[in-house]
Amino acid sequence: MTDVADSHEHADADKPTSSDAPASDVTDVAATAAAAEFADIGEFRSLRSDVWRQFKRHKGAMAGAVTLTVIVILCLLGPVILTFDTSTPNVSNANRGAGWPHIWGTDNLGRDAFARALIGGRISLAVGFVAMTVSIVIGSLVGVVAGYFRRLNTPLMAFTDLFLSLPLLPILLVTVVLFRDPVQDRFGDNLGIFILMVGIIGGTSWMSTARIVRGEVLSIKEEEFVLASRSIGTRSSVLIIKHILPNIVSQVIVSATLGIALAILTESAVSFLGLGFPLELPTWGKLLDDAKDRISLNVWLVAGPGLLLSATVMSVNLIGDGLRDALDPQNRSNG
Amino acid sequence: MVRYVIRRLLLAVPTLVVISLVVFFLLDAAPGDPTSQLPLTIPPDVRENIRESLGFNDPALVQWIKWLKLMVVNEPLYLLDAPLDKVGVCIGDCFNHDRVISWQSRSPAMDNIYQKIPHTSYVLGLGLVFGVLIAVPIGTMQAYRQYSWFDNVGTLVTMIGFSVPVFVLGPLFIWLFSINLGWFPTIYKSNHEVDWTSWSSIWIQIEQLVMPVAVLTLFNAAQFGRFTRASVLENLNQSYVRTARAKGLGEGTVLTRHVLRNSLIPVVTLLALAIPGIFSGAIITESIFRINGLGQYLLLSIGQGDLPVVQSLVFIFAALTVLFNLIADILYGFLDPRIRYD
Repeated sequence: MTDVADSHEHADADKPTSSDAPASDVTDVAATAAAAEFADIGEFRSLRSDVWRQFKRHKGAMAGAVTLTVIVILCLLGPVILTFDTSTPNVSNANRGAGWPHIWGTDNLGRDAFARALIGGRISLAVGFVAMTVSIVIGSLVGVVAGYFRRLNTPLMAFTDLFLSLPLLPILLVTVVLFRDPVQDRFGDNLGIFILMVGIIGGTSWMSTARIVRGEVLSIKEEEFVLASRSIGTRSSVLIIKHILPNIVSQVIVSATLGIALAILTESAVSFLGLGFPLELPTWGKLLDDAKDRISLNVWLVAGPGLLLSATVMSVNLIGDGLRDALDPQNRSNG
Repeated sequence: MVRYVIRRLLLAVPTLVVISLVVFFLLDAAPGDPTSQLPLTIPPDVRENIRESLGFNDPALVQWIKWLKLMVVNEPLYLLDAPLDKVGVCIGDCFNHDRVISWQSRSPAMDNIYQKIPHTSYVLGLGLVFGVLIAVPIGTMQAYRQYSWFDNVGTLVTMIGFSVPVFVLGPLFIWLFSINLGWFPTIYKSNHEVDWTSWSSIWIQIEQLVMPVAVLTLFNAAQFGRFTRASVLENLNQSYVRTARAKGLGEGTVLTRHVLRNSLIPVVTLLALAIPGIFSGAIITESIFRINGLGQYLLLSIGQGDLPVVQSLVFIFAALTVLFNLIADILYGFLDPRIRYD
């Protein structure tokens, strides 16, 4: 058992440095051969540092990572530093244009638009991360089960295809309206709507992850290290956790990154149509919905949250692209 | 091929049945009652009788079957009645079909929906057509001149188009082109009847369509452009391209006749997968520009708790998604003779 796992790790570690030794050669002979080749190259590079090296070369991805960090820090610290009252209306201060101290002006109730956009960002980002997690967990589960257990493959993939052909936005809108009240009664107004949004966005966006994971599992299942492990009587659950999951992690990471962007966009779309978060708990989408009719008074009410939202989505997508390139062994070997 | 098309058509039926079940049971759980708008003076037992007569006390499965019959049998028959009547043919009980009735307008839901289809199809259709027309040549050129300034600018623009959602771009377009420059009207006048013989009437329609179509086009073009570029890049390195060049074909011929034809095959599949997203984009665009189309009607009916209309609309959206997937699959078969479906 340990032996197999060991040689498998060897194979994994040599993937980035030698392109001609395929990962499937994990018999002892191949492992020794790989180790010998390893010695020839002389320099040890860990998988993680190699991925990082490749990621750093992707200019777009680096720009995205920096932008995203700035936005996250702004959203976390901004409302603490800016001492504007963002909840109490102050009508005498309403509808100011962009200037000082309100750099994006104020909304129709006299609250600072920049501070509100940053607070909205906290919720939007939180929804993005949590909904992505939900979607990745469901997607990986469905994908692994469908790929590993042959009997469940057809029904689960039919289920996935069914979800793919659903008109998602109408169904999302309908579900929010139907379940908003019961869920809010159960968990309180703010937590309730958060749970509902995260649940339904995660529950309707797992399909692409499931497909990717299934494809990966199908090919990994045929590798010899899996056969070796099975031959010594490893149970399926252990086999999946110890041997299959570590091998699909990179695919899942890419899919998760892109999933954050999709979740933030979906949440904003539902909130923009007035059926998601309430104005007391603003997200970027809700702020856009609120401001779109007053755009002639102050364009920053729309441009501000819109800029933050678009920049976030763009950086997350760029990071996803960069990760995809960096985690692909074919790209890494020539670098 | 014919057998494949037939089998694919038959496969679409269970998908639609399951979707209609999902839609129906989802909405069946909704609070909302057709008797809630009747006067409060109606005694409870009479109210109960009304509910009984409307079939609300039937088991959910019976209600679903009845609704399905209205949706897929009576409504198409109703549509057929008028043309069939002209030739003197009559199926079943002519002009007397039960129809899905909206709780709000008290008129057949489908009649309201038919009125709104033209507006949605203008915006959705033009957005799709222009999106493809822009994306395919630009994506191809980007791949052909990979890493050139044209490719880099194109990638940046695609990334922006991909990341700026329609509900940010739409209001900003209104601000720039309507409020500041005054080029186009801020909202779409759905009551404008296009008189195809008068230039000024057509011009009004074009003017009010420019912004919503532009917003959707940019969104679609960004998506398809990415697909096309990636697909063409993959094909350019194939040996059949070298063969085509070796036998002396011009670059234009190689690109259009050989590379593009093969590259568009995966693009068609991706197009089908993008269809739900395109519908979402259309719903949001309608809401921004106040276009009185299907998306707006859906939002309105959700707000009013008009369940029969919501059910019909969600079912129509689902049917359209399945239909487009079907078209893409069949096109895929025609485009790629390597695929054999037996």
